[in-house]
Amino acid sequence: MQNRIRFPGGWLGFLLMLPQLAITVLFFVWPAAQALWQSTQSQDPFGLATRFVGVDNFSALFQDPLYLGTVKTTLLFSALVTALGMGSALLLAAMVNQVRFGKRFYQTVLIAPYAIAPSIVAVLWLFLFNPSLGWISYLLRGAGYEWNHALNGGQALALVVMASAWKQVSYNFLFFYAGLQAIPASLIEAAAMDGAGPLRRFRDLVLPLLSPTSFFLLVVNLVYAFFDTFAVVDAATGGGPGKSTETLILKVYLEGFKGLDLGSSAAQSVVLMAIVGLLTVIQFRYVERKVQY
Amino acid sequence: MMVENRKGLNLLCHALLALGMLAVAFPLYLMLMAATQSAEQVTAVPLSLLPGGHLLENLSHVLASPDGGLAVPLWRTLANSLVMALVIAVGKIVISFLSAFAIVWFRFPLRQAGFWLIFATLMLPVEVRIFPTVEVVTQLGLINSYTGLTLPLIASATATFLFRQFFLTLPPELAEAARVDGAGPLRFMLDIVLPLSRTNIAALFVITFIYGWNQYLWPLLVTHDPAMSTAVIAIKGMLGEGAVQWHLVMATALLTLMPPLAVVMLMQRWFVKGLVDNEK
Repeated sequence: MQNRIRFPGGWLGFLLMLPQLAITVLFFVWPAAQALWQSTQSQDPFGLATRFVGVDNFSALFQDPLYLGTVKTTLLFSALVTALGMGSALLLAAMVNQVRFGKRFYQTVLIAPYAIAPSIVAVLWLFLFNPSLGWISYLLRGAGYEWNHALNGGQALALVVMASAWKQVSYNFLFFYAGLQAIPASLIEAAAMDGAGPLRRFRDLVLPLLSPTSFFLLVVNLVYAFFDTFAVVDAATGGGPGKSTETLILKVYLEGFKGLDLGSSAAQSVVLMAIVGLLTVIQFRYVERKVQY
Repeated sequence: MMVENRKGLNLLCHALLALGMLAVAFPLYLMLMAATQSAEQVTAVPLSLLPGGHLLENLSHVLASPDGGLAVPLWRTLANSLVMALVIAVGKIVISFLSAFAIVWFRFPLRQAGFWLIFATLMLPVEVRIFPTVEVVTQLGLINSYTGLTLPLIASATATFLFRQFFLTLPPELAEAARVDGAGPLRFMLDIVLPLSRTNIAALFVITFIYGWNQYLWPLLVTHDPAMSTAVIAIKGMLGEGAVQWHLVMATALLTLMPPLAVVMLMQRWFVKGLVDNEK
């Protein structure tokens, strides 16, 4: 990049960068700074005066059992979405990589969920599991299991986990499949000649070689589960029943609308920023050292 | 790259894949079938897995009339979704192309700072700065407007990186030759770099179109007028209190998922390449 030709007239370069910069500052940096500032403020009950309270909002937050409950729900939800989404995608990618015909067809079907809006995904899964009309709840009833996610918190969580993971399988599949195709055939052949069967090869050879892809996807999936699943959860359960599917994002959103406590809302936003910032840094540190096996 | 030819293994793979296909396709198939049923047919338990013959009726019903929980006819919110997706896709591509061009081929004060600022937006998705951003939009008087729906979302760190990465692979002689020929930077950009970036632009178009079409939280916050809202928001209203009219919900779902699905399917090759290269 150093010995690259540069055009004279830096002002033109600045001008070309300006639209992106202006939007970034106006709609990203400025609001983020505001959230940061508000998180250190406390408003009196009438909303008339604010004063600086330092980190009080944060310490109050981490002592609030309701907030900690939501943190726990979010961690459980994210772990399940990531495990289910990545696990099934890896299995499917390995299968598609193994078979000799139909690869193209399988890939085409598997990428469909990527295009579908999260709120539509929620609708599809709500219909499958509708307590009275749904096909799956009908089959479950036949097997003697009552399904009603409007009353049962555990079932509601299972529903939003399945819907969120379903949507993310496309993305995970494409990356695992690309990773599998990048493994040299000669390596597999050598292992096969040494007498390693398909399962053994997968465990001892393919999985370690896929570890950079897996690590990258792990971070992406956690970000997805933390932030991008808002629409799925909001449309499917709205956080209920009770607070059984309330994630951190949903809590910020619901409380922000009630507008009860500006400082606490802002502190919650800042916590989210810290989480996504941390995940991004981890991801980029990894990208720098792309290969690590 | 089949190492050994085990019929059993191959069959097992196909069987597992068939299960996977079922898991992906069944929710979609059920949606399609429900959208073809009449109001009474759709309440059958279990729902018939055969088409019911009312598809066009249901589609035209939701498109034209504010019924079944829709506040405005669906054609209106679908049109808004289309505007939003197109403006965001084109906007992201244009401003990212320009800023990546500036970063690679110019030297100016604040270049590095600007680069890092754009990079920092990766850490600030809409979800984490919800209310302050809405406040900015409110102060600018952009609530319930297309500008408010689209402008704040068209900054893109990922698209800028993708273009920058690609520009860095172009041979330096290209710019040298352009300069010797007396072409200015803008000529060089439009006549040489832009045509070379076609594939990247196509891939980014798919990804950003879907991103724009599927936005949920943002339109929810910056539009209060249902006529300015988008289709993915409108469908949520159909699930509200009272008896849900599933045949209309599913007709709406079908119409709402077709455009992004069509874009992905028609441009599958670019999309797959763009997605995997983009992130790696």
